[in-house]
Formats: sequence, structure tokens, C-alpha cells
Amino acid sequence: MNFTLHIWRQKNAAAKGKFETYKVHDISPDCSFLEMLDILNEQLIHDKIAHPVCFDNDCREGICGMCGLYINGRPHGNDDGVTTCQLHMRKFRDGDEIWIEPWRAKAFPVICDLVVDRSAFDKIIQAGGYISVTTGGVPDANCIPIPKDVADRAMDAAECIGCGACVAACKNASAMLFVGAKVAHLSLLPQGQPEARQRVKKMVMKMDELGFGSCTNILACEAECPKQIKRQNIARLNRQFIASLFDGNRRDDD
Amino acid sequence: MNLDAKIPEGPLAEKWTRYKNSQKLVNPANKRKLDIIVAGTGLAGASAAASLGALGFHVDIFCIQDSPRRAHSIAAQGGINAAKNYQNDGDSVERLFRDTIKGGDYRAREANVYRLAEVSGDIIDQCVAQGVPFARDYSGMLDNRSFGGAQVSRTFYARGQTGQQLLLGAYGALSREINRGSVTLHTRCEMEELVLIKDDNGVERARGIIVRNLVSGQLERYAAHAVVLATGGYGNVYYLSTNAMNSNGSAAWICHKKGAAFANPCYVQIHPTCIPVHGDYQSKLTLMSESLRNDGRIWVPKKKEDAEALRRGEKKATDIAEEDRDYYLEKRYPAFGNLVPRDVASRAAKERCDAGYGVGPTGLAVYLDFADAIARLGERVIRQKYGNLFQMYQKITDQDPYHTPMMIYPAVHYTMGGLWVDYELQTTIPGLFAAGEANFSDHGANRLGASALMQGLSDGYFVLPYTLQNYLADQITIGHISTKDTAFDEAEQAVRQREEKLLAIGGTKTVDHFHKALGRIMWEYVGMSRNEQSLTTAQEQIDRLEEEFWKDVCVPGSIESFNPEMEKALRLADYFELARLITADALHRKESCGGHFRTESQTDDGETMRDDENFMYVAAWEYQGHGNKEILHKEPLHYEYAKVTTRNYKS
Repeated sequence: MNFTLHIWRQKNAAAKGKFETYKVHDISPDCSFLEMLDILNEQLIHDKIAHPVCFDNDCREGICGMCGLYINGRPHGNDDGVTTCQLHMRKFRDGDEIWIEPWRAKAFPVICDLVVDRSAFDKIIQAGGYISVTTGGVPDANCIPIPKDVADRAMDAAECIGCGACVAACKNASAMLFVGAKVAHLSLLPQGQPEARQRVKKMVMKMDELGFGSCTNILACEAECPKQIKRQNIARLNRQFIASLFDGNRRDDD
Repeated sequence: MNLDAKIPEGPLAEKWTRYKNSQKLVNPANKRKLDIIVAGTGLAGASAAASLGALGFHVDIFCIQDSPRRAHSIAAQGGINAAKNYQNDGDSVERLFRDTIKGGDYRAREANVYRLAEVSGDIIDQCVAQGVPFARDYSGMLDNRSFGGAQVSRTFYARGQTGQQLLLGAYGALSREINRGSVTLHTRCEMEELVLIKDDNGVERARGIIVRNLVSGQLERYAAHAVVLATGGYGNVYYLSTNAMNSNGSAAWICHKKGAAFANPCYVQIHPTCIPVHGDYQSKLTLMSESLRNDGRIWVPKKKEDAEALRRGEKKATDIAEEDRDYYLEKRYPAFGNLVPRDVASRAAKERCDAGYGVGPTGLAVYLDFADAIARLGERVIRQKYGNLFQMYQKITDQDPYHTPMMIYPAVHYTMGGLWVDYELQTTIPGLFAAGEANFSDHGANRLGASALMQGLSDGYFVLPYTLQNYLADQITIGHISTKDTAFDEAEQAVRQREEKLLAIGGTKTVDHFHKALGRIMWEYVGMSRNEQSLTTAQEQIDRLEEEFWKDVCVPGSIESFNPEMEKALRLADYFELARLITADALHRKESCGGHFRTESQTDDGETMRDDENFMYVAAWEYQGHGNKEILHKEPLHYEYAKVTTRNYKS
């Protein structure tokens, strides 16, 4: 298969970026999208045409959340429920023109070409996206039974890989699905209850501070999430956040 | 070189308790004065940093990715072992210990393995308290599945994403410490050098590291009282493996060059159930979890003509009648069936394919069939258990495993070898500790499934917080270490020189070109089966390729910039040396054990044949400069509690 690629090139955060056009030939339909870019880079280095295209990637099996490209206007491309590394060229037609861009959001500045800085997600988690337990001194694992459906729903939310596709897909660059998934995962479980009110408040405040936009219920995030995290998590987040504002019984520690 | 394992006195079951009762402690006020560096944010690194930070030490933690949550532990699928005996099926600490020792083919250290089994239950408690959503049954209790090399169900799991959930638990604990200020996080930083400084008694201690800031390309210095290496394994020396693209062996290799002994490098685990190779452009191999062997049955056709027709695409797997299928694992190993350990399953697949019964376009694949399980349990149950794995398989191969059997073939997965460590997880360099896959300690010559997660978390949560404290208790009067020491200047210069040398070559071939070539040599001659001849061939070819690399590689761009090609080139330069050591180790070990199969040493029915009289030791290698033969040191293994026998998975 042959493709014409229009790729966003940007030297560093300060530089102005633009699209450059490259062609690749004889690509196997079983080739993954990132392997196709590997082939392009080999070509660019070998023929000394341009610097290889920088893109983030690591596990290449759809779980680390490192890769993420905006392909023909869709985060992770035109296949549902997969990350960019699991997208295969058989999903395209021979001769296709493909537009490849980085995630675009104020909170995710471009580092180089298609690589963006997603440390804002880490900062949201650091603000409170965990259960504050230190090592040791915890009860036996089977001490608190958790109904199977509750554990399953917590797991559904916990499957988020933190790739940032939800933010990239959202016209407001909102991180509500990401935050909602973590809030839901932890607050569904009995272990996460004691800090639930504080957690949601801290995470939402951090999210706002870092420049993520508001949610206007377009739900592009849900449509594009490679792990198919559900919108119900956003509803749960809103519910818990509002409840936390009216909770007069607890005093904030900060 | 002194290989004192420092194993505590006393009966096996009391060693760890005795150690903890007699180790030195550091009081809370002094902990604040002590700095620790942790390289790597996988299960071992994140859990160690979180636990040490919570104790009150100051920790600097480093990862090469953009976030600590990306470390390759995240990709572990099937589960984590623990001797909880929740299933009432006869499990115990003792039995987990014995299974692990036996699985490792009697090449692991007893005391370490017993401690691992002993703390395994605490790991599960810890993870549940952190909110890890393990699978549960309808009573709300934790569920278990079976893994290879065990006859009990002791594997805890979170669908097919156990590693992800455990890592997110450790990442949460780490994030909490970052928020409290006890841990400082450095992302997109790669360790390029270890800094040693002599103390007042003339002892050289690990006192810091030089990292390359992967965004700016600048070198940065960090100093500490101790350094923990938790940078994973070196499986990517084979180019194609189940490891992540950026997983690499360089940090460990750098420490080796600075004096840390490297143990058992030839023990490489080849995982039996991976999606087969399909093209030259392929960048990695994808694992299909061992848990699939709970319900999947492995087979090839009984008749060669069927295998040939399947390869040509004239027949489909479902066309082969039941009586014409050879369920070779069930036939050869009735007691363990499809759940034999990984090394055994991998070799059996290779044997069948080499004999001409392989399927798929290349003939290098066997079937993993779920038809029986789907008929017995229904598609819904199978979907619940393995849905994400089936989806992954379908996305990659474009085939539907609910209706046609999966095709699988062995691939490089895990390295049992690593930096030599004593009972305290300290390497031969004082103040340098190694945890998780980066060390060699617990899995002998073959790791059992679901034991890597257990070991990583055991090292990080429950071992290092004690043993590091014992080391640091002597360091409380030193004060913070300065990065202005000349040792830092020298280390930084050494890194710059390496980078400049690579950039100056300006050759015609890409880094990946050489990496693929190295991978082919390693897989062909130092892969699933090895012998004197293949290993000698490998040595010659590695030397030749390395020479060509230093003459003809092309590293584009500049040093001080975001330059992934430079990162890859630096790693590959180390892989050549590492490949040579793996080969030398495999050559010297003239026996078969676990994942190390020497064709000269096998039983009549093709099983591994150990030579306990001559090889019951840990091979720890000492670096002697580039291109020179390394010196072998032996740590004898004594089995006082486990009965040493020939591994038998047949009855």
C-alpha cells in the first residue's frame, strides 16, 4: 500500500510548526501505524531528507498510554477502541492521504513534532488521585467483601490509560473523563470512601488550575476513548463534586 | 570480588524475621538528612520510592517516559502470585517457595525465594488497600486463577490488566509522596552514568548518577547516599521481544562497567504464547497472557500434510478433525498439561514446528484453541475473562479467536539474569541496590508466570525499606553529597564523549538496522536452544557487527536536542557488549537448566538435563574493559530445605 503523509513538524515548544508532506510505499496492510512511521523515519535518515519525525511510543500493545496521534481529525485514528499503536494500515485505503497531528490542548504543550507534554495529568493525580495508605499495617485483603458488580464497575473506570485522547477530542480540551474515571474508580470501592469528598475537590481544582477547559457534554471524549471509558464517570464526578461543596460536616485540611 | 550473599543464620522460615529484628534503624530526624536515588518507576521502583518516601527519606526518582505510569510493568497481563490459600486448595508459603525453586530449575537462592513467598500475602493486602480492583467472585471475595508450574490457584488478577492495576496502585502511592514533598519526580530522564565516590575509609560507594534530559539533551547531576536501580530487564537485546520499545539494559550495564557483578546473563525467558512474527518491518511482539492456558488447549496437526495445507492456506484450523489434532502438551505432561512452565511449553512448540508440524504462513506457529472452553462455559464467560486479550489479538491479526484458534509462537519475554545482589539486594558496589527484573535474585533459570509482579513489589514495598535502612544507618553523619565532586565531572565527561563519538561517525545505516541484525544473531544462535557451535558463531558475528556499527552507523541531529535516535544508539552500543556476555555465559554453562537449553545436555526425550555437580552455582561476571573476556566468579548454591530433583511435570 502507498500513502501520502502530511505530518506536523515543530522543532520545539517555542518554534512555529507546519505540515510537511512525505510519501511511503509498499506498506503491508498488517503493518501497524507506528511501524509505518518507523519505515518513514528509516527512509528520512537513510536518504538524509529531514530529521526523523518524533512521536511518543513505548509498549506498542495499547496499555502504556504513551502513544497518541491525531490522525485525519481523530485521536488514535479511525478504528474504535484502540490506541495509535494498535491501529493497523489495513484500516486505510491504498493511496490515502493521511494528516497526522499532535494532541492539541493548552494543558498539553508540544515538545517536538508529535510529542506533547502530558505532565498535567500526573499533577492532577498528585493532587489527590489515590488512597492515602502507607506501606504495611493494612487489613487482610478479604477483610472487606466488595460486591462483584461494584468491583467490576471500579475496574471499568480503572482501565483508563491516561493517554489524553479525551482531552484532544474535546473542543474545550476538558479533562473531565480522565478525572471522572479516577474519581469513580476510587470512590466506588470501600477503601476509597474516607477521602472521597476531599479527593474530588482537590482533583477538580487542580484540573481547572492547569488550564483544562469545562465540560459541555459533547461526549467526544467517550466516543474517542481507546479504552471505552463511559460518560457515567463524568456524571459521577459532577455529582460528587457538587456534594463536596455542600458537605458542612467535614473541614478541609487545606 | 567478594560474593558474600549475607544470608542470615537460622532456619529458613525465621531468616527474614531475624534479619528485621537485628537490622540497624535510622531515627526519623536523621531520615530527613538522607537522600536516595531510584532509577525506574515500574513496580519495583515506584513501590520502593513510595515506601522510602513515606518512611521519611528524601527520594529522587527517574523515568525515561513522560510519566511514571508508563513503565513496562503496566503491560503485565495475567496476574500476581500469593500464598494466601483463599481457595483452600492446599497452598502455603512453603509450597509457593518449593514451586518457585523447582520452576527455576534449582538455580535460585533458597533464602531469597523463601522471603519472597513469605511476603507475598502482604502484597495483596497492600494492593487491595490502595484500591486495586482485583477480580472477585459473587460473594465479594477475591478470585484466583491458575498459572504455569503450580497445581494450586494462587494467582490474583484484574482482568487481563493486572500489571496495569498494580502499577497504578504503586503510582498512586508514589504520587502521594510527590505531593507530600518526600519524593521528587524526574520524567524523560535516562540514567547514563553511575558516580562512585570514595569515603574516608577509602571504600568506593555509589553516590550519584548522571542523567540525560531527553527533552533538552543536556546532562544533569544528582547525588545521594544510595542508588537503587529498578530499570527492568535486557530482553530487547533480541530486538523483537514482548518488552516495550524503550525498555533497555543500559543502566544495569553501566553499573556493571563500574564494578557491579552481572549474574546469570544467559537465563532469558522465552514466553510460549505470543503472536507470531509476520514481517521484517515488525517492531515488537505481543504477548498473549499465560492465563489463556487455563482454558485454551495447545495443538498442532498430527499429519504433516495437514500442516502443509494449513501453511498454504488451503485448509482452516477448524477443518482438522478432532482425531487428527495433536494436543502435545497434554499428551507429554499429563499432570500439568497446558500449564507446564514457560520454558517447557516454549521448547515443545519449537520442537513441533522444527519437526514440520507448525502452522500459519511461516510454519512457525501452533494453535491455542478455545473451542472446548467456549462450548463448556459459553462465549460470554470467556469474553468476561479474556475479552481484552481477544480484542488485542483480533486487532493485530485480523482474525476472530472466538471462532478460529489463536496462532501463537514463543518470543523473548523476561530476563532472569541481572545485577548480582546479596540478601539485602545490594550489588557488589556498596550503596548500589538493584530491584525487580534488574536483579537476578529469585527466579533461578526460569521464572514462573505471575511471579515477576510479586518479586517487583516484594523488593519495593517490603525488602528495600528494611535493607536500605540498614545500609544508611552508617551514613547519617555524612551530610548531603555535593554534585561538585570531581567524580561527577569525570562521569559527565565520559557520557559526553560517548555521545560525541556516536554523532561523529556519520555513517550510512540506521541504528535500527544494526539492532535488527543483532537481534537476528541472538535469536538464531543464542535463542531457545544453544550449543557450542551456535554460540561460537554468535560471538564472531557479534564482534563483526559491532565493528561495523562503530564505523557505519548514522545518528542524525545534535546532542543537545530531543533526539530519539541518539537514545537508541547509546542503548545499542551497550547491547553489543551485553550480547557478548550473554553468549559467553551460555557457552560456559555446559548444562541445560530452565530457559537455558544446551542441545548437548538433554535427556532421551529431549528434556533439560542439569549438571548439578559442576554447575550448581550463580555465575557472576566481572567487567574487564571493552572487548576483554570477563572474569567469572561463582556463588555456590546450597539447598538445605528444598529437595533437589529432576523437574517432573509429567506425573
